[in-house]
Amino acid sequence: MTVETSSTTRRRPRYQIKVVGMLGLAIIVFWLIVAALGPHLAPYPIGDIVDQDYFGPMSRDFWLGSDYLGRDMLSRIVYGARYTLGISLAAVTMACTCGVVLGMSAAVAGGWFDSVLSRFLDAMSSIPSKLFALVVVSAVGSSIPVLIFMLAVIYTPGSYRFARALAVNIAAMDYITIARLRGEKMFHIITAEVLPNIIGPVLTDLGLRFVFIVLLLSGMSFLGLGVQPPAADWGGLVRENIDGLPFAAPAVILPSIAIATLTIAVNLFIDNLPVKIRDRSE
Amino acid sequence: MNKHILFLITNRIIISLITLLIIAVIVFVATTLLPGDTATILLGQSATPEAIEGLRKAMHLDEPAFTRFISWILAFLHGDLGISYSNNMPVADMVGRRLLNSLKLASVTTAFAVPLSLFLGVTTAVMRGSLYDRAVTIFTIGVISIPEFIVATTAVLIFAVYLKWLPALSLTADIDTLAGLLRAYAMPVITLTCVVSAQMIRMTRAAVIDALASPYVEMALLKGASRKRLVLSHALPNSLGPIANAMALSLSYLLGGVIIVETIFNYPGIAKLMVDAVTTRDLPLIQSCAMIFCLAYLLLVTIADLIAILSNPRLR
Repeated sequence: MTVETSSTTRRRPRYQIKVVGMLGLAIIVFWLIVAALGPHLAPYPIGDIVDQDYFGPMSRDFWLGSDYLGRDMLSRIVYGARYTLGISLAAVTMACTCGVVLGMSAAVAGGWFDSVLSRFLDAMSSIPSKLFALVVVSAVGSSIPVLIFMLAVIYTPGSYRFARALAVNIAAMDYITIARLRGEKMFHIITAEVLPNIIGPVLTDLGLRFVFIVLLLSGMSFLGLGVQPPAADWGGLVRENIDGLPFAAPAVILPSIAIATLTIAVNLFIDNLPVKIRDRSE
Repeated sequence: MNKHILFLITNRIIISLITLLIIAVIVFVATTLLPGDTATILLGQSATPEAIEGLRKAMHLDEPAFTRFISWILAFLHGDLGISYSNNMPVADMVGRRLLNSLKLASVTTAFAVPLSLFLGVTTAVMRGSLYDRAVTIFTIGVISIPEFIVATTAVLIFAVYLKWLPALSLTADIDTLAGLLRAYAMPVITLTCVVSAQMIRMTRAAVIDALASPYVEMALLKGASRKRLVLSHALPNSLGPIANAMALSLSYLLGGVIIVETIFNYPGIAKLMVDAVTTRDLPLIQSCAMIFCLAYLLLVTIADLIAILSNPRLR
């Protein structure tokens, strides 16, 4: 998301992003603003039944129609953005922080620490993500902190493997050997020598993992096992209004479009990043 | 087949078995140790301490977790999946028929998805950069980056709401007549095929493009071989291994897709059973379903790896 600001932008013209990528970025920023300003943008209070009609069409009073109880859809989607984006961002930050820190430590430390951790996380990643989520939810329920933590746990192994593969290459460099000889501590090697060299690909990976998390979270909410009513993220909004599907009510189509625009935008943005940032081999 | 390749295969299978054991531990720990006491959940808040104690004894909950795990896994290996909490039926009976239904759905989907993605994957690779290639690529990226339930709702919108070819969400159990059977399967199969093919097309395309860029294809080109011959007799045979690998890997996406599709179309398969079990917190049922799913997933991934090993000519 913040790839261009955090990468080393010494020669600016090199980091031009294609038009499609800019479009993706614009959509991402749009949804972030919507999520941040939520309460100020929503025309009606979130829980209030304001329309006499249910599954109402788009009109001047209700720009995006109304849902199965006659609540304003625009307000529900604006608030839904907070849940979808908020939970996903928190989870992806946790997953990537844990994954990258563990991955770099494993690459630098090596030995039994590396092999035990790798074997264990590999086994964890061979449980299908949706199944893992189902098992966790059945055991501990699905409050929002549990959801965030669960999503973070599910996507940590992938992030670990990615960061470790990058960091192993860096750890073999001469300057790391020299840093070791200087007697630098592990913490210094990781933060000052390894991290700056892998930050570009790592942030790209964070973006992709964000998409996976949004997909899984929406899927779980759609099954009724994610964010619990009366709160609703976008996946939950589709579930609530699924009865409107046979007559193509905006209440079921629009949240779907919201999810699709967000995930496709992130993919477009990342696909069109300059190779210098994306490239994992360097 | 030489010793080296045999060694690689046994090695791979042993790793899968170890992984399966770790998965069993994770599933067991997640479902039995994390939540509150199972006996209390079963009997409710108002139960007397004596009753809870009695049930704990009867269910062997007072034994250490390790012995419980061992007896659970041994029973599982003997086909004894335990008794469901919610209706006291043996889990094996409940799972059996549902599993068959899910396998039917999966095999019908595979029968459609594999030829379709092979065709699209190979043709897009050959016509790389054309309008057709770009259209297919945009479609696959689109399907990959949206959740499965949106693919399903879109399919319903197109085929049921606008075209009116198929009934929307109400699936009846009328699968006795041929027309009823086709109708019952159409929507789930369309959705699953979309989800699985998107992955397959991408991976097949990548494998063929890889093969087309290799020196021996360039050699054939320089020899003056026709484009058709180039693809069919030079590139394709050599990329069969990677393609088969890609197929097996993409089929593992069926597992995630099937959970959503069975729920949305109310299909009486094992994934629906599991989602219902999660809502009622029926732990033995969840454990069994989770193990079956992980087993299927692991099987597909292992097959994919074995194909990759066997099809590598350098190892022969």
